[in-house]
Amino acid sequence: MSALLEVHGLEAFYGRTKALHGVSFSMAAGGITTILGANGAGKTTTLRAISRMVRTAGTISFEGQPLEARVTEDIVQFGIAHAPEGRGTFVHLTVEENLKVGAWGRRERGGLEADFERVFGYFPVLRERRRQMAGTLSGGEQQMLCVARALMLRPRLLLLDEPSLGLAPLVVREIFRILRTVNQAGVTILLVEQNAALALDLADHVFLLETGRVVLEGPSDVLRRDDAIRRAYLGY
Amino acid sequence: MTSRLARHAGLLAVLALACMLPFVLSNFRLFQFTQVYIYAIAILGLNMLTGYNGQFSLGHGAFYAVGAYVSAIMMDRWHVPYGWTIPVAGVICLVVGFLFGLPALRLEGLYLALATFSLALAVPQILKYFEHWTGGSQGIVLSKPKAPLGLPLSPDQWLYFLTLAVLVILFWLGANLLRGRVGRAIVAIRDNHISAEAMGINSALYKSLVFGVSAAYTGVAGALSASVIAFVAPDSFNVFLSITLLIGSVIGGLASISGAIFGAFFIQFVPNWAQDISKAAPWAIFGVFLIVFMYVMPFGIAGAVGRIWIRMTRSRVLQAGRDPAPAHHAHTTT
Amino acid sequence: MEIFTQQVVSGLATGGIYASVALALVMIYQATDVVNFAQGEMAMFATYICWSMLNAGLPYWGAFLATLGFAFIGGVVIERVVIRPVENAPILSIVIVTLGLLVICNSVAGWIWTYVQKPFPSPFPSKPFKVSLGAGETIFGAHDIGQIGITLFVLLCIYLFFRFTPLGLAMRAAAQNPVSSRLCGIRVGWMLALGWGLAAVVGAVAGMMVAPSLTLEPNLMGGVQIYAFAAATLGGFTSPGGAVLGGFIVGVVENLVGTYVSFIGTELKFTVALAMIIVVLLVKPSGLFGSTVVKRV
Ligand SMILES: Nc1ncnc2c1ncn2[C@@H]1O[C@H](COP(=O)(O)OP(=O)(O)OP(=O)(O)O)[C@@H](O)[C@H]1O
Ligand SMILES: [Mg+2]
Repeated sequence: MSALLEVHGLEAFYGRTKALHGVSFSMAAGGITTILGANGAGKTTTLRAISRMVRTAGTISFEGQPLEARVTEDIVQFGIAHAPEGRGTFVHLTVEENLKVGAWGRRERGGLEADFERVFGYFPVLRERRRQMAGTLSGGEQQMLCVARALMLRPRLLLLDEPSLGLAPLVVREIFRILRTVNQAGVTILLVEQNAALALDLADHVFLLETGRVVLEGPSDVLRRDDAIRRAYLGY
Repeated sequence: MTSRLARHAGLLAVLALACMLPFVLSNFRLFQFTQVYIYAIAILGLNMLTGYNGQFSLGHGAFYAVGAYVSAIMMDRWHVPYGWTIPVAGVICLVVGFLFGLPALRLEGLYLALATFSLALAVPQILKYFEHWTGGSQGIVLSKPKAPLGLPLSPDQWLYFLTLAVLVILFWLGANLLRGRVGRAIVAIRDNHISAEAMGINSALYKSLVFGVSAAYTGVAGALSASVIAFVAPDSFNVFLSITLLIGSVIGGLASISGAIFGAFFIQFVPNWAQDISKAAPWAIFGVFLIVFMYVMPFGIAGAVGRIWIRMTRSRVLQAGRDPAPAHHAHTTT
Repeated sequence: MEIFTQQVVSGLATGGIYASVALALVMIYQATDVVNFAQGEMAMFATYICWSMLNAGLPYWGAFLATLGFAFIGGVVIERVVIRPVENAPILSIVIVTLGLLVICNSVAGWIWTYVQKPFPSPFPSKPFKVSLGAGETIFGAHDIGQIGITLFVLLCIYLFFRFTPLGLAMRAAAQNPVSSRLCGIRVGWMLALGWGLAAVVGAVAGMMVAPSLTLEPNLMGGVQIYAFAAATLGGFTSPGGAVLGGFIVGVVENLVGTYVSFIGTELKFTVALAMIIVVLLVKPSGLFGSTVVKRV
């Protein structure tokens, strides 16, 4: 089976500083992959590299098509949605408008209402806040909006950067439950997380980053069962 | 060390050259050079504020106008000798600038730009309005001062030397101010006012003071221009004067002392030859230069000269090979 | 009372002009955090283009629409070619570039069309309106009324565009959060250029509407622009609706002050605007309807 996303020898630069030092990995279609790592390990940078938000070297291909020469605006055309770190809310737009913006890049124009219904099904609270300015939502609600906005693209690949950040444990569990549903509907997910325990439960494959390098990878159940690895790298 | 010596020698040579000019140039050319020095003083004032301290002023022509009118009114009304009107104009502009600087403290960069730009637009109207003092649109006609102590100089020659002397004094003072502790504080406020405050710099006081000193420089320039041109009228102080000064500042190099002189030469002589093309050409050229400089030489002529200078002097001392002048070094040039 | 009503109406007419230019300024400010000091001069230039077409014999409304097309293209091209290279430069650099634009527009207009004042036609009948209000009859200039109508129509179009079309939404999104917009596939650079184009269109309408009463010359918009600054400052640079309202308020205030406060008359026009700007900035820097300005002290 050919990989959906294939990254090889990826280096990323902020100005002159190098944040990734040759990261390689690949993801099969249909799965959930998670990237774990300490603060500053380069998780966000990896997602940014895929979305062409940082200068990089190395190759990135999606379904065999190279992404390196693309600009950020083009990435959605491949069906890649990126829910960024910091949520990227459009604070002066209503919740509904935020969702419409999320749908801007997709091919099929129609069916907006059906998509609203779908994401409101996942996040009922957003339905209640539909006409409210997104800036007035709570942090957790904005995080849901961020995921919902990404889903509006009807993506093939969903890049999620710490969707659990700042959320109550109950809400986090809820979001992770929804992510599984989304995945079962055919969306491949690349999840960046600090919360290793939850991420390992959800994902089928894991990469561990350390200062811009992949130091460990494998199926999540294998890693989860290995006590030495758990203590050394995952901290629980 | 060598570079410092070389610089002093260079400055002296330039000064000697400047002192010879009155005896070789025609009166008209001499007048033009006098005007260059006047602009240079005004631009140095603007550089202190906008370049070093990071406060935008798009309306420095207003202080130039205040200086010119203070001087003209004192001479015209009370027959005060012109020599006295110049420091008085400086002091009055210092106060006016300081007072304008107080509310300006509360304005973020762009709003300050707006307020000063509007000030520049309003100045001619205000001058016309107080007709009783300013002579309205007719302005005030003055007579050119003669050389004192029976010096064998024509009025133009005398004014040239006077302006040159004022320029040297003000540049010397300015250089000492800007290169010393105060100057570092001023730049620190521009670059990061929060850490400047943390270092114990009273940024509010400094900013208003810089506004005052800057206005004083520009006001002195205005006062000199009143005597040199022997005429003041509201329409010579319109918004385009302010823009002209800003152009001089940008072209010369915003945060630089010598840049003020380069800029002054630019705004004095470039329109002169551009005028031959069309009446509108000088401004079209000014506009193009402004934009192009922002793209290719954001540190102005002084920045470029400084970089070349460093490259030349360094490569003699060190072995060449490393980049001797990273961009941020050019941020304040001499 | 009659004079008062007349002055209010003619204040609303000029207010519409200020409102339009203020809106143009705010549109660009919101998208790029920069005040376009050349906004008025770009409008003046567009007005000259209209004048040339009228001179060549085009019918008024044809020339009017064609001018809007030119203005739009001009705005887009200026953003792409002139502003783009300094997009990420310090604010001062961008301000200086727009000042350069101001100077270029002004001088090139003088170069092409000379500094001689030119009469500019009004599309509205010269016969004034007579309206009976209670006791007496009040007379309104037809151009004033038409001008109010046109500017309101343009403002309404702009509102509907931003509020209800997908492109308008994308432009708002791009202005608010460029990074996030790119991730959603919005071409932010082009949205900014479109914003400049639209702003230029709104400004051009203002120029063509104000030219009949001021007569056309390269300094046509100097006064308008300072009042537009006052309007945008009053309403708040972060609030398009506020800026428009600010425009009407400023227009009416200017007219009433000019009529009733004898020592001001029309001679201190700019000074009144300057005073308004400074007072608003000192009392409420964010304007009446703006969100708080993030201030760096
Ligand atoms: N905009 C930036 N400019 C310069 N360096 C950056 C920038 N963003 C990230 N870095 C650096 O790149 C490295 C990787 O950062 P990255 O944001 O990818 O970490 P992360 O794994 O997402 O961490 P966290 O879990 O804290 O979000 C860090 O050393 C960081 O300091
Ligand atoms: Mg991160």
